[in-house]
Formats: sequence, structure tokens, C-alpha cells
Amino acid sequence: MKIVVIVGLVIALALAIFLSPFASSSPDGLERVGEDKDFMEKAHSFFVGLIPDYLFPGIGNEKVATAIAGGLGVLIVFGLTYGLARLIKRKKSL
Amino acid sequence: MHIPDGFLDARTWLSLGAVSGAFIAISVVRANKKLGEKHIPLMGIMSAFIFAAQMLNFPVAGGTSGHFMGSVLAAILLGPFAAILIMTTVLIVQCLVFADGGLTTLGANIFNMAVIGSLIGYLIYLGISKINRVVGVFIAAWLSIVLAATACALELAISGTSPLNVVLPAMASVHALIGLGEGLITTAVVTFILKTRPDLLELEKI
Repeated sequence: MKIVVIVGLVIALALAIFLSPFASSSPDGLERVGEDKDFMEKAHSFFVGLIPDYLFPGIGNEKVATAIAGGLGVLIVFGLTYGLARLIKRKKSL
Repeated sequence: MHIPDGFLDARTWLSLGAVSGAFIAISVVRANKKLGEKHIPLMGIMSAFIFAAQMLNFPVAGGTSGHFMGSVLAAILLGPFAAILIMTTVLIVQCLVFADGGLTTLGANIFNMAVIGSLIGYLIYLGISKINRVVGVFIAAWLSIVLAATACALELAISGTSPLNVVLPAMASVHALIGLGEGLITTAVVTFILKTRPDLLELEKI
């Protein structure tokens, strides 16, 4: 299982760090429909988030900023899921 | 297809929030009963992979992109309720850390992607894979995208954001294309696992 975890994390990190900076920047399906059908302007945010638009703040190069965002995101999501699963398993009965 | 704040009216995002909350609770209770040692790291890896893959937008028709969703992949490997928890975690991190998807609409996004995708996608996979597993994987994955997009369109229409006869065909058609990507990626990953570590597919499904 350790091998699976290491390989899995390496793959996820590689995708998020090395491939994500080259992902398409075209609007996704919902955004595109929103633009075409004129309701996109209804979107508004309450908060900016720590790493808005998957660009780590304060980094000049967008590709690097995306790579850092991706790497961090993978680690956060892995840690959170692992931790939550541990917590859920540990509780005697819910 | 992460719905931003402002697209849904209050009664829609409130009700979907409640419904999603209920499904999350059910999933937690089920996981509490059935989680084994092996599931825990796998759930972490699944979340990590899905998060990474969701960043990899690929172009579909004219000036639009799509990205992987992952609920059917998670459901096939770990079971539909584990998949709900995995997808929910990814969506929460995307919302709170990366401002991807609205805060009020988090419940709607969880409903469309985590709940519909995992539960209905898994059922479809079970049904079709009795005949042919690869076909079952592909169709379930494809359909999960189309159904999620359809649900999203219905929610937009109910909220008065866009009329149903406008938004439904638009969402369904572009996501029918994006779903092909989901089908291909899900099938490729499942096939890879079947070839390298088929024992992972034998894990009890949560």
C-alpha cells in the first residue's frame, strides 16, 4: 500500500505541477454557456480565497504560480482526505 | 462546472445545501462502519489525483474547455459513499482555498458533482458492466458529466438565471462533448489499475 500511495502522490503532483501550467485557459462549459447566453455577469464572489484562480500570489511567472498552486492543492487535499478518513474510522459509532 | 455565487437563488442553494448535507452525513455514517485500513490512504490518493486532474483543462469545441470530474472513478474504486466524501473534500478545498465555485453554491456543486455523479454513475456502471466492464465504465463516466450538467441547467432555470429552453440544450451539448473526455480518462485509469494492481479493485466498496 505504501508503494501505491507514493506512486499515486507522485503522479498527482507531477500532473498538478508540470502539466497544469499548460492546461487550456479557455472558459469551461458553464462559463462559456454563461457568456453566450448572457448571464455570466450575475456571478459574484464574497471572498478572494487564498490562491485565487489557481495562481499562487506574489509570483511573477504565471506558469510557476500555477505549478505552486497545483502542488499545494494536491498536498492539502491529500492530507485533509486522509485525516478525515482516519477520524471517521476512529469514532466508535456514529 | 463549478457554479459561482450569484447564479442560484437563495431557496435553490439553501435546499441543495441541506440535501447535500444529508448525503454527506449518510456517507460519513456508512464510512464509519465500513472503512478499513486500506481505504484510508487510497481515499487520500483518489482526492489528490482528482484535484490534479481537475486542473488539466482540455479544449473542446470552439473556445471552450472541459476538465475531468472524477466521481465515477472514485465510486468504481472505493464505492459511491466514499466517492461522495472524496469529491466533497476536493470541492470544499477548491472553494475555500482557490475560490473555485461559490460559497453559497457549494451545496449545489456537491449535489451535482459529488452526489449525482457518484451515486447514479455507480449504479449505471454496475448495470452495464455486467455485460462489458470497459463499456460500463465509459458510459457511466460520460453520463455522470451529462447528468451533472443537466442538474446544473435545471437549477439555473429554477433560479431564473437563464430560461430552461436556452440553458439546458447549451449545457447538455457542451457537456456531452466534455463527457467523452471523462469517459476516456476514467476508462484509461481503471484499465491501468486492472493491469497493474487488480487487487485494488477487489476492495470492499463503501
